[in-house]
Amino acid sequence: MDHLKAINRKAQRIQEHVGAPGAAVPVPEVGPGGGPAASGVPPGADPGDMDVVGLESGPHIPLGCSLVFAPGWEVDSTGGTAGLCQPVERDLFDCHLACFWPAHVPDQLNHAPDWTGKCAAAQKDWRKIDLIFP
Amino acid sequence: MSTGAVNDAAPAPAATPAAGVIAAATEPVFLAQREFHPFEAGGETFLYLVPSAAVFYLDEASHSVLQALDRGPASEDDIVAALGPRFGESAVRLSLGELMRVQAIGLTTAAPETFPRVLPQANFPLTTMVLNVTNKCNLACTYCYEYGEDKIVDTTCDPAPTYMSEETARQSVDFMFEQSGELPVAHLTFFGGETLLNFKVLKKTAAYARERAKELGKDVDFSLTTNGTLLKEEVIEWLAENRVGVTVSIDGPKETQDKFRVFKNGMGSYDYALPKIKMLLERHRTRPIGARVTLTRQTLDVPRIFNHLRNELGFWEVGFAPVTTADGRGYAIEDTGFDHMLGQFEELAQEFLEFALEDRHHGFSNVKETLEEIHKGVSKAFPCGAGLGLMGVATDGEVALCHRFAGSDDHSIGSVHNGLDRKRQFEFLGRHHVANKTDCSTCWARPLCAGGCYHEAHVRYGDTGKANLHYCDWIRSWTDTCLKVYGEIAVHNPGYLEQFD
Repeated sequence: MDHLKAINRKAQRIQEHVGAPGAAVPVPEVGPGGGPAASGVPPGADPGDMDVVGLESGPHIPLGCSLVFAPGWEVDSTGGTAGLCQPVERDLFDCHLACFWPAHVPDQLNHAPDWTGKCAAAQKDWRKIDLIFP
Repeated sequence: MSTGAVNDAAPAPAATPAAGVIAAATEPVFLAQREFHPFEAGGETFLYLVPSAAVFYLDEASHSVLQALDRGPASEDDIVAALGPRFGESAVRLSLGELMRVQAIGLTTAAPETFPRVLPQANFPLTTMVLNVTNKCNLACTYCYEYGEDKIVDTTCDPAPTYMSEETARQSVDFMFEQSGELPVAHLTFFGGETLLNFKVLKKTAAYARERAKELGKDVDFSLTTNGTLLKEEVIEWLAENRVGVTVSIDGPKETQDKFRVFKNGMGSYDYALPKIKMLLERHRTRPIGARVTLTRQTLDVPRIFNHLRNELGFWEVGFAPVTTADGRGYAIEDTGFDHMLGQFEELAQEFLEFALEDRHHGFSNVKETLEEIHKGVSKAFPCGAGLGLMGVATDGEVALCHRFAGSDDHSIGSVHNGLDRKRQFEFLGRHHVANKTDCSTCWARPLCAGGCYHEAHVRYGDTGKANLHYCDWIRSWTDTCLKVYGEIAVHNPGYLEQFD
C-alpha cells in the first residue's frame, strides 16, 4: 500500500491479506437493486443472531403473593408464615415492586436507599436486612 | 492473547470489484466512513479501525480523503474532483482503494456491519486457575468486594469452609492440568481472603503441582496476591525459592493506605505491613514484584501513590483500579472524580512515554498492558478470560467464573470434584459475547473493552451481562491516551514495541 502504512500486528496481517496490488476490495453483500442483501443476514449466519437483544427478556413477573390479607401480608390466617404462597423473604422483594397489594418496605428512594445493601441474595442473606427507624 | 476467544481474523476479501475502487459500477455509488477512531501522535495521523483493531498510519492524501467524508457520504468522482488538483487523480483513487480494502470506508449500499458471534471451541484450554485458599482475611478494608457492602457471598452464613483443605487443593491442581489441554504451561494463582492465612496448604499445593507437572511433562507457574501483613522470613524465602510472582495489595503511603485498609479494630495497616513489604522487596529477587492499588474518592492521588510505591519502596510495577462499588457509596469515585483520575493517569502516561522513548522501564502497568493489547491488535469477544481461559476455585472446590465470584452459587460453572458444567459455561459465554451488548455496538473502544468487568457490572447493575456504562467515557479517553502513547512510540522508538511481539 502506498498511502496507508500498517503499524500494529493486526494491521500487518490485514495488509498481507488485502494489500497486494490488484487484491480484491472487500465489498459486503449487495442485494438486487443495490440495497442490502434481502434478509440483512450475512450468508451462513444464523438468523437468530439478528434478534433484537432488548426484547429477549420479558418484564418482571412476580411469582405470587400472600393470599391472606388479614391481619396483614406477613402472616397467614393462623398467625404463622406456613400458609403464605411464597416464603416471607421472597415477599419482601417481590410484593413491594409490582403487586397490587404492595408490601410495606422502607422508602428506598430517599430515606433508606441501602436498606437491602447487605442482602445480595435473599435466600441466604435475609437476616441481614437492616432495621429502619423513621 | 489472554482472552483467547478473540475475533482476530483479517477481513475476508469479497470477489468484486478489483481495479480502482468501484470502476465497474454503472450508476454513481456513494462512499461513507465506516467505524474507526482517528488520532494524532508524533506529528502524524493514525487510524484505529473497529472492529479489527488494526492501527494504520495515514498519509496526507488518505487523511484528506477521510476528511472529505466527514460531512457524510460522497461519490468517488466528487472526492476525486475535490482532491485531485491537490494530490493528483491517481493518488486519490489509490487512497480510496486502500481505505476500502482495510474497511475504513465502504459503499453506502452495503449492509450494516454485523458482529460475528463466534464462541470458542468446547475444549478451550484453561490458562490460569485462581485458587481461593481461604475466604478469611485479617484486614477489614472498608471497600472490600468480598466482605464489604457489595459482597456477593455471605461467608458467615455460607457452608463453604473458611480454609481450603489440602485434598480440595490437590483436586484443583488435577482439574487445572486436565483443563489446560495441550498448553505446555499452567498458571496457578493463590488468592484469598488473605492468601497467606493458609500458607500451609499453599506450600503443599505448590509442591504437588510441581510434581504433577513433571509427570505430565508440563510447566507450572505460580503467583499470589497478599496484603503483606503476614509476610515473614520463612514465607519470603519460600516465595523466592519457588519463583512465585507476588502482587501486594497496597494503596500507597500511610495516609492513603490507612484510610480503608484497616484491621478489624480500625487500626491502619501501613505501619504493620511496611517492614514486611520492605523485606519482601529486598529478598525476593527471582520475580518482579508488583503493587495493586485500589483507588477511591478519598485516596485519589495517583502521582503520589505511584511515586511512593515505585520509587520510594521499589515495586517493579504499580497497577491502579478504581474501587468496585454500587452507586452512591461513600468511597465511590463519581463523575468529577473520574475526570480527575483520568488527568492523573494521563500525566503518568506521559512520563511512561518519556521513559519508553529512552528504552527505560517505567512501571505504570496500566499503560503497558494496554500498549501490548494495542500492538497485538486484540479485538475481544469477551471483556476478559473469566469462565474461559481463567477460572476461580472457592474453598469448597466450586469453580466460578473468576476469583471475584468464588463461592457464589449463581456464578458457579462446575466443581473440581465433578468437573466443568459445560452447558452452564457455554450459556454464560453465549450471553456475555460482546455482540450481545447493544450499548457497545457503536463504541469504537469495544475491541479493547468489550463492556468491562463482569463483577463490576454485577455489583453496579445486578447483571454480569450489562456493559459498565458508568465508565464508558473514561475508558474511551483512556484508550485514546494509550493509542497516542502507542503512536508516539511507533514514530520515535519503534524498537520498543518489539517486546510485545
